[in-house]
Amino acid sequence: MSTRVPVEKKVLNENQILANELRERFRENGVFCLNLISSPGSGKTTLLEKTLERLPRDTRVAVLTGDIQTENDANRLKRSGFPVKQITTGGTCHLDARMIQKHLEDWPLEDIDILLIENVGNLVCPSSYDLGEAAKVVLLSVTEGEDKPLKYPSIFFKSELVVITKLDLLPYVPFDLAKARENCLRVHPEVEIVEVAATKDAGMDQWMNWLRKRKETMLKGRRAVLVN
Amino acid sequence: MHELSIAVSILDAVEAQAVRRPEARFSKVGLRIGELSGIDVDALNFSWQAITMDTDFRATALEVEFCPRRHRCGKCGQEFEVHDYETDCPSCKNMATTCISGEELDIAFMEVEE
Repeated sequence: MSTRVPVEKKVLNENQILANELRERFRENGVFCLNLISSPGSGKTTLLEKTLERLPRDTRVAVLTGDIQTENDANRLKRSGFPVKQITTGGTCHLDARMIQKHLEDWPLEDIDILLIENVGNLVCPSSYDLGEAAKVVLLSVTEGEDKPLKYPSIFFKSELVVITKLDLLPYVPFDLAKARENCLRVHPEVEIVEVAATKDAGMDQWMNWLRKRKETMLKGRRAVLVN
Repeated sequence: MHELSIAVSILDAVEAQAVRRPEARFSKVGLRIGELSGIDVDALNFSWQAITMDTDFRATALEVEFCPRRHRCGKCGQEFEVHDYETDCPSCKNMATTCISGEELDIAFMEVEE
């Protein structure tokens, strides 16, 4: 006899449970966590390098950076002097909540105010895995083409901010900036957009302001919870 | 290409059910997959066949209900399917609409023969 057993659970239930635990721990310890996602080579590490350069030396910031192989990104980011750890996935095309949990084991969360996670370069898979972050941020470089948001809607829909990168290359590539912005907004009407040329230190203020504002919103939310 | 990881998570869920029903044969797993979930159903089926090949679940089929992106209008309450990224309300043209489905990646049911 055939019976239909209702299950009603998320396929990534285990990841979701861990991500919820992480989010709760981040909230308790006042850690503002961002998950940076983009295709390979669109400038996540460079944006982070320039971000770390601009943060006051006493900022309690830490970075987890994911790649399939090599410690290259961690070595680049360690020059900032801030704590940086590489997550090498050994083949997996995204980070998941268990990897984050494991790599945070020996970092006391009460000593961290900002946790920046650089995901594996990939516009598809990372969008399915919640890492407990306050917000996802997606990067789109002008060398990739303005139709990326339409081709990979999931990540553009789930991100709060799009950072359009490598603006200094605009004169050399057939990238329609207005169209790119329009495509981002078509997929996600509420999304915020900033434009940077990180290696030229252009547009960085806009990005740093977003970071500061978003962190305040998260902490305000936390205070509201504490009061209630 | 994370369909393989997704298939492994589905197999974990089926195995967990199988512990509770040791005599049952699992004929089907019902999934709900949203347009915005980033899952390729063909790649998922391929991964599923590959990982179940040498298990008791090689005859277990995936049945996928595809869930299109749907929005609800904040003003008039109209619910509508989003085509070609057109998220404005088709009735009152209001632009403030919210997504109510399309992100699903759920196991809805399992069909067992007992």
